[in-house]
Amino acid sequence: MGPELNRSETVLESAVVFNTSALSKCYNRNTNQGGNPVALTIASREVDGVTVLDLSGRITLGEGSVQLRDAIRDLITKGQKSILLNLGDVNYIDSSGLGELVSAYTTARNQGATLKLLKLTKKVHDLLQLTKLYTVFDIHDDEASAIASYK
Amino acid sequence: MNVPKPGRRSFRLNSTMESVCEVEAAADKLAAEAGLSEDERFHVTMAVREAAVNAVLHGNEYDPTREIAVGLENTGKALVFTIADEGRGFSPEAVPDPLAPENLLRGTGRGIFLIRSLMDEVHFRQLHPGTELTLVKHLEATGENK
Repeated sequence: MGPELNRSETVLESAVVFNTSALSKCYNRNTNQGGNPVALTIASREVDGVTVLDLSGRITLGEGSVQLRDAIRDLITKGQKSILLNLGDVNYIDSSGLGELVSAYTTARNQGATLKLLKLTKKVHDLLQLTKLYTVFDIHDDEASAIASYK
Repeated sequence: MNVPKPGRRSFRLNSTMESVCEVEAAADKLAAEAGLSEDERFHVTMAVREAAVNAVLHGNEYDPTREIAVGLENTGKALVFTIADEGRGFSPEAVPDPLAPENLLRGTGRGIFLIRSLMDEVHFRQLHPGTELTLVKHLEATGENK
């Protein structure tokens, strides 16, 4: 049984919506409340003192990278020391997105916080291996064990 | 049975992120029509996207007076993509190795490495001005038995 103290989810960022049909071809048909396609949605929840960010969609240049950066910066500013990125619903990431994960990791570390990854999709897993970033991150498949690892 | 569809398509686009999406979508369509596996399709789409981003962002620097030239072709034996910019040109050899320990935590510099890793052949050609990348994915090495 995993610890689930606070399930109330907060959408941190309303994703940037580009007003062109071309961009929607890049998206995975996620939609915001207005029904527009968005690249990345980020929901935040607290579990045993760990902030879990549930990411869904794409982390790519101009589509999800900035949202992720802002979300991490916001948490760091608020003094959050334990951050877990749930990438289970991230179906696409590019070199910019990989760079953003690295930047999130180093930003957290430089501020005395710890950022870990949860539930990689095969695509993201393969890319982290290819780029050797698999060796950088603390990666978990199970949320309960990930949360426990912060203690 | 995968039936390759020979024929080359080429077009020019503005130096915008919308263009990157257009190129990505076109590459994905060609890869899907060629019957690539999901993994291979992702590799092709991602590599082409990285090349398009480089052309728009680093090559043309979002300059509205510069365009990118894109070519897509299924030769029957391979998928061949060309992406050219009108920028100052660059030397791929000068790109630092992103796998080197001192570069591992850098936030940028993985695009060319990914393109080379995900495609079977990558060729650089210096234009005057600009750079042309040719990306090749062999069809023989993909398909139902892989």
